Amino acid sequence: MRSYENFFRQNRLPHLWCPGCGNGIVMKAIVQAIEKNPDFNQDNTVIVSGIGCSSRASGYMDFDTLHTAHGRAIPFATGVKLANPALNVIVITGDGDCTAIGGNHFIHGCRRNVDLTVVLFNNNIYGMTGGQASPMTPLGKKATTAPYGSVDRPFDACKLAEAAGATYVARSTAFHVQHLIKTIEDGLNNRGFSFIEALVQCPTAYGRRNKMGDPAKMMAWMRDNAVMKNSWDKLPDDKKIGDKFPIGLFFKAESESYDESYKKVQEIAGGAAK
Amino acid sequence: MKSEFTLKLDRCKGCGICVSFCPKQVLALDTLGKVYVANHENCIACGQCELRCPDYAIFMDKVKKEAAK
Ligand SMILES: Cc1ncc(C[n+]2csc(CCOP(=O)(O)OP(=O)(O)O)c2C)c(N)n1
Ligand code: SF4
Ligand code: SF4
Ligand code: SF4
Ligand SMILES: [Mg+2]
Repeated sequence: MRSYENFFRQNRLPHLWCPGCGNGIVMKAIVQAIEKNPDFNQDNTVIVSGIGCSSRASGYMDFDTLHTAHGRAIPFATGVKLANPALNVIVITGDGDCTAIGGNHFIHGCRRNVDLTVVLFNNNIYGMTGGQASPMTPLGKKATTAPYGSVDRPFDACKLAEAAGATYVARSTAFHVQHLIKTIEDGLNNRGFSFIEALVQCPTAYGRRNKMGDPAKMMAWMRDNAVMKNSWDKLPDDKKIGDKFPIGLFFKAESESYDESYKKVQEIAGGAAK
Repeated sequence: MKSEFTLKLDRCKGCGICVSFCPKQVLALDTLGKVYVANHENCIACGQCELRCPDYAIFMDKVKKEAAK
């Protein structure tokens, strides 16, 4: 048995995700990133998820885990972190969970720079409920709620996170596994709101409807269209076309985390300022 | 052989990801849709199959040169 498998609840495997679903790849990348960090162990790490196929991951991970309400993982995680700032808190969320119903919680978590590591499993769709469009469904892609193709301009969740105040913002994909692990590992090391968007294939509710082929073809699309940030920045605008998109670290900054700010409030309230 | 495989077939969902990304066409799916090692001698022990299996069903270990004889 591989050492990272100690972080899975073995009696819950195999997981419920469809054949070829990318969620399993990202869940493994998260535990491998945790394993690389000597400060993280099963007793000081909490996994918090919302609702969706992706959010089912918390049920397979052998830590203290919270499977919360749709869109509300970040508020629950904020509560855990403030109640016990010594804990490492990781949030698992979906594109619908994080940017639709949970959109406000997301931007305000970023704004406050809560010391969380949020991994958004972006499959561009509401997978669990059968394929409704999410705020991250690309223009022209079909969903049960967009049978002629989506006309709603999608969010770039990384730009949103950066603009809202997150202090670590990066993107990777289920194809780029080693890069994904490193990206999550670096996010875990940032003291503040770390946001990692991980592209995942949903062959069932997204790929099939959009004729994207089998799971391997969907991953080959990631391989062929992802461009590392350094190269992306050098690309002329007329080459940033079609399906091409950047991956890598987009933003990093130092800023006081929310539990540090909040500690000051506690000290004042406790009489320290007298 | 350069590699040794451990297959956890109860976990394999036959998605074909390992088959597609193997650079040497070593792997295949059987009639029940489970992975099997079809051309072991071609394996270069690159680990691509294990790396991307979403179901933790295939594990590849490199075999040291002396042991491989
Ligand atoms: C308050 C509430 N509203 C709606 C739902 C129904 N619902 C469950 S999952 C989901 C969307 C999931 O999409 P996403 O977050 O992208 O996760 P995925 O399944 O794609 O991983 C919705 C709308 C719910 N469970 N709770
Ligand atoms: S519906 Fe999509 S996201 Fe949900 S388990 Fe199936 S492939 Fe994965
Ligand atoms: S990638 Fe994993 S689940 Fe998919 S066919 Fe290969 S061994 Fe089976
Ligand atoms: S280790 Fe590489 S060559 Fe061998 S089966 Fe896996 S992917 Fe193919
Ligand atoms: Mg989704």
